[in-house]
Amino acid sequence: MSTTAQPPQTQNSGKTATGAASAASKAARLLADRRLPVVVTATLFVVMYLVGLGRYQNFGFAEPQVFLNLFIDNGYLLVAAVGATFVILSGGIDLSVGSVIGFTTMLTAWLVEKQGLPVIVVIPIALGVGAFGGFLMGYVIHNFEIQPFIVTLAGLFLFRGLCLVISKESIAITDSSVSSMAQAQAQLGVGFLSVGAIIALVVLAVAFYVLHYTRFGRRVYAIGGNEHSAMLMGLPQGGTKIAVYTVSGFCSALAGLLFTLYIQSGDPLHATGMELDAIAAVVIGGTLLTGGSGYVVGTLFGVLVLGLIKSIIQFEGTLSSWWTKIATGVLLCAFILIQRAMTARKKT
Amino acid sequence: MTTPPTPTPTPTPAPRWRALTQHHLFWPVAVLVVLLLINVPFTPGFFSIKMTDGHLYGSLVSIVLFGSPLILVAVGMTLVIATGGIDLSVGAVVAITGALTCSYISDQADQDSLAGVFLAMGIGLVAAVVCGLWNGFLVARMGIQPIIATLIIMVAGRGVAQLITDGQIITINSEPYKLIGGGYWLTLPFSIFVVAAVVAITVALTRRTALGLLVESVGGNAEASRLVGIRSTRIKIMVYVFCALCAGIAGLMISSNTSAADGNNAGLWIELDAILAVVIGGTSLLGGRFSIGGTVVGALVIQTLTTTIYTIGVPTQTNLVFKAAVVIVVCLLQSPKFRTKVFGGRFGSGSGAKGGGASAGTPADTAQSTAAAPKMEVS
Amino acid sequence: MAEPRPVLEMTGIVKEFPGVRALSGVDFRLFPGEIHALMGENGAGKSTLIKVLTGVYPLDGGKIVLDGQPVRIDSPFQAQQAGISTVYQEVNLCPNLSVAENIFIGREPTRFGRIQWARLRKDAAELVDRLGLDLDVTAPLSSYPLAVQQLVAIVRAVGTGDSDGAGAGTKVLVLDEPTSSLDRDEVLELFRLMRRLRDEGVAILFVSHFLDQIYEICDRMTILRNGTLVGEHLVSELDQVGLIQLMIGKEMDQLEGLHEHQLHAEVGEPLVEADGLGRKGGIAPFDLEIKKGEVLGLAGLLGSGRTELARLLFGADQPDSGKVTIGGKPVSMSAPNDAIGAGVAFCSENRKTEGLVPDLTVRENIILALQAARGWIRPIPAAQRDELVAKYIKALDIRPANPEARVGQLSGGNQQKVLLARWLITQPKLLILDEPTRGIDVGAKAEIQKLVVSLSEEGMSVLYIAAELEEVLRLSHTIGVLRDRRLVARIANGPEITPTRILETIASGEHQ
Repeated sequence: MSTTAQPPQTQNSGKTATGAASAASKAARLLADRRLPVVVTATLFVVMYLVGLGRYQNFGFAEPQVFLNLFIDNGYLLVAAVGATFVILSGGIDLSVGSVIGFTTMLTAWLVEKQGLPVIVVIPIALGVGAFGGFLMGYVIHNFEIQPFIVTLAGLFLFRGLCLVISKESIAITDSSVSSMAQAQAQLGVGFLSVGAIIALVVLAVAFYVLHYTRFGRRVYAIGGNEHSAMLMGLPQGGTKIAVYTVSGFCSALAGLLFTLYIQSGDPLHATGMELDAIAAVVIGGTLLTGGSGYVVGTLFGVLVLGLIKSIIQFEGTLSSWWTKIATGVLLCAFILIQRAMTARKKT
Repeated sequence: MTTPPTPTPTPTPAPRWRALTQHHLFWPVAVLVVLLLINVPFTPGFFSIKMTDGHLYGSLVSIVLFGSPLILVAVGMTLVIATGGIDLSVGAVVAITGALTCSYISDQADQDSLAGVFLAMGIGLVAAVVCGLWNGFLVARMGIQPIIATLIIMVAGRGVAQLITDGQIITINSEPYKLIGGGYWLTLPFSIFVVAAVVAITVALTRRTALGLLVESVGGNAEASRLVGIRSTRIKIMVYVFCALCAGIAGLMISSNTSAADGNNAGLWIELDAILAVVIGGTSLLGGRFSIGGTVVGALVIQTLTTTIYTIGVPTQTNLVFKAAVVIVVCLLQSPKFRTKVFGGRFGSGSGAKGGGASAGTPADTAQSTAAAPKMEVS
Repeated sequence: MAEPRPVLEMTGIVKEFPGVRALSGVDFRLFPGEIHALMGENGAGKSTLIKVLTGVYPLDGGKIVLDGQPVRIDSPFQAQQAGISTVYQEVNLCPNLSVAENIFIGREPTRFGRIQWARLRKDAAELVDRLGLDLDVTAPLSSYPLAVQQLVAIVRAVGTGDSDGAGAGTKVLVLDEPTSSLDRDEVLELFRLMRRLRDEGVAILFVSHFLDQIYEICDRMTILRNGTLVGEHLVSELDQVGLIQLMIGKEMDQLEGLHEHQLHAEVGEPLVEADGLGRKGGIAPFDLEIKKGEVLGLAGLLGSGRTELARLLFGADQPDSGKVTIGGKPVSMSAPNDAIGAGVAFCSENRKTEGLVPDLTVRENIILALQAARGWIRPIPAAQRDELVAKYIKALDIRPANPEARVGQLSGGNQQKVLLARWLITQPKLLILDEPTRGIDVGAKAEIQKLVVSLSEEGMSVLYIAAELEEVLRLSHTIGVLRDRRLVARIANGPEITPTRILETIASGEHQ
């Protein structure tokens, strides 16, 4: 579709031309649509699910609870991946996710078990620490123009180190309020969801709203699309960048809380390398690693696909857990190549 | 005739000291020396080396011994970073190489057979080279950002390693293989000789041929390199292969040292330590000038830090916190923006001259070039 | 039209950079409802003036009066607030967002913090419609060609303020080379939009290197030279020859006699033959022949296509059409390697970004091209390398004469010599020099010109690009004249060829 050099004297003819042109371009645009990767991932999920249904029908795969368990077992990953989506959309990367999650489990367990603080006090502390950590990283990235990769790498070391500083041993959580929260279930008729899964879905909804219906969300896309332009357009790109890492830190801490709830212990080695799972989920969900394009809904499907791989491998029985990593890597590769092909075509 | 440009007045006080501090190895070596000295009050005889059973023992020897795999990986990483890239997959390559080699040896009837061991090592290293070719292909041919391209093997590689070992930790009992990572030769740990050989070969490969120059040129100014006719695709692929090969040798060393292959934990986080070593050694993450010597010192700094924390009685678990502090400090010191903000004009003007060049280009075109710099488009 | 009060008056504007006075007391005024061209060659101070006006550079002296009120402009954001919007040559929008979002981002209509998408799209569609454009505002910007993106940038620029008062806020619109990569139809579309905005009372400051466009669209022009004002004229009252004289800055009679031919007469066989070589958005297809030992000078204003032509002959850009033979053999020109292999060398005008590797030493920069040709495995033996480098440092008088010095720290003239040395070592058949004397001191300039003469005597062909006509005339056997991205004439140099002749050719676009 190109500009038309038609004279503007008759507004009406202009209008019809607009209609015709947009109809003609619609088909062409479908191919270049930014939603395409999300659709691909969603389709992949459905196909995998159907294949699972076919193969393991007799082993209870068709139970609705198997589907709901995807949310229960991966709620924390979804929250972490949502945080990572913000960072990646803005064109950055956050390697500290796994460490912040691990640190949060340790901090929570330590405060609750060793210091005897009530859970209701511990939660805001944990979230605040995570968000503050993210803020600091964002501040350094923006103000000193150091690559996000390196700054968040320092964050990875720092938080993992702080885990070990709290304790080398894992701390089991026996607090009754925690375990009652962990056991709480929301019945849905066909099955149930845990507190963690519900919180994860709420986070997803909030993230969707923020990214699509607030100026901050649009700025995230803008600086991911072209940071220099965003600056020349008068957008506060520095504040946005810092905010993005703060959001990621907050989400990681929240994911840490959910993980604590899920596993009911703090351990200095919890969630090692989970940043890779989060990044993989974001990329498989169709978000460009170079920033500026993608949807948080895609991230949901990315997490679900990763979760489904795990379930299928469990159901398969003969397959070992490492196939999860291999399958993740293969999917990652496929999506990176798809993205590459899409951006390459746009260039021409 | 041109009038000679007036020589910039060099400050006379202690020019020799100044020249020394400006040497690119000065700060890494200084940090290393300080770290080593810190140990002395805590471990009397820290620098002493004893001979026992025809083997040399001592803190210095063990620092080099334990630091060997990191030095190897970091040396390969240096070349990748010098081209403006990065390789996140080295940890996974370490695991794959160890796993393949050990599983091959463990299948042998005679694990001490030299031929079998060599073949096993060959298989492991070929796998490493294949990984490097894949990374190089994605980066140089497909034009995918290095962080993203090497992420694939970083994620999938450990799975592959576990697949090879069937999720077990394969233990082997092979005397010849044990030599690489745990044996002694001429009173010294054999791995020191391996490291020395690899470093020497790397230096020769980069400085005796023109590879180093071309790598620095590609990393320093990619467009100028294209216009001068450098085939950067080949050079990049070569560098990723070399990096993977170094990681493969490190993988042999690690598995040999423990006589076991652990697909899950061998070389865990070594890519991050290696990048850190390169940065401490003074090679910029943006590419360009590199220093193999600096990297070796950088890796030794990291290993010494670990040892020091252990010997001075700080709980070992704070190791990572220190490491984080080192990353932050080194990066802040390398950031021109930080230097101008904190040290004011002194450092700022220096870095300005570096970036802008002392040319008489009009201010307008300087501004233009900075404006054009900011971000690589989604490419 | 009776002169109304100017919407913008800049008086006595001074801007200094370390060692350079970019603007010394420039006056500039802009009237509502006019399109005003800002003209000048390299270093005249055009971009500096625009950057001062748009708040990119702080002012060192003088004052800016907007609508009768003195204003202080410290940032691009403040400039926009004051009603001065700018559209640059590169489209500074976000290609990943929709057209509507690009128009309104940062000032989206919100209610309780929630973006009102329906209203945003409606407002954008109305604004686009009112300006007579035919765009689907919901489509991503990247789905439109660059020219349309440029138009969207203008829509954004005039749509400042909030989403309802579209156009009301913008008093001054600065268009900095918006047309440099557009084709004719696209330019017409842009002009239509510009006229429409002018008729709405917006004052437009227009920068373009295309003379035809200036004469087609502008009402008035201001000419700068070396940071000073040389004149403000109605376009209808100044012809093209007069304009070029003002821009280049020497009266005709002063130019005469300045040039003397230093060249030997005879040239050899044809070396390079280009046949219909061209590239869209770069330069229209051209035929060109360069003989052995010939110096071909390119004359033309900034942006006339001089560099684009050179880059095509080097394979730095891929041609869309045409073919090249060098020494009788066809060369594919799909990459610089092809040209280098055929004996072509290219010293870019952008020494820093396209020439030198600033972190490497003088020695390393000098041997880079030769080494690239030999491949990595065959380093130049140290003794031979040092001898070569020493020889060229001496021959070109590179200072400091220290092969270990970092090139980034050398002065402009010496950097240029390093670049020359790099290519001379490869003993090319054709040496392309793009503004080799720009931004370097007089002495180094003379040395480089002498060098060109002696190289030509030794049988090397040279394609010489320079902004100064005298320089081109003094050195060239043949002069190629460019205008508006076309090679319009090839003139054999001789005593009867004067700068006036060249100027007239540039101005008229044809060879008499």
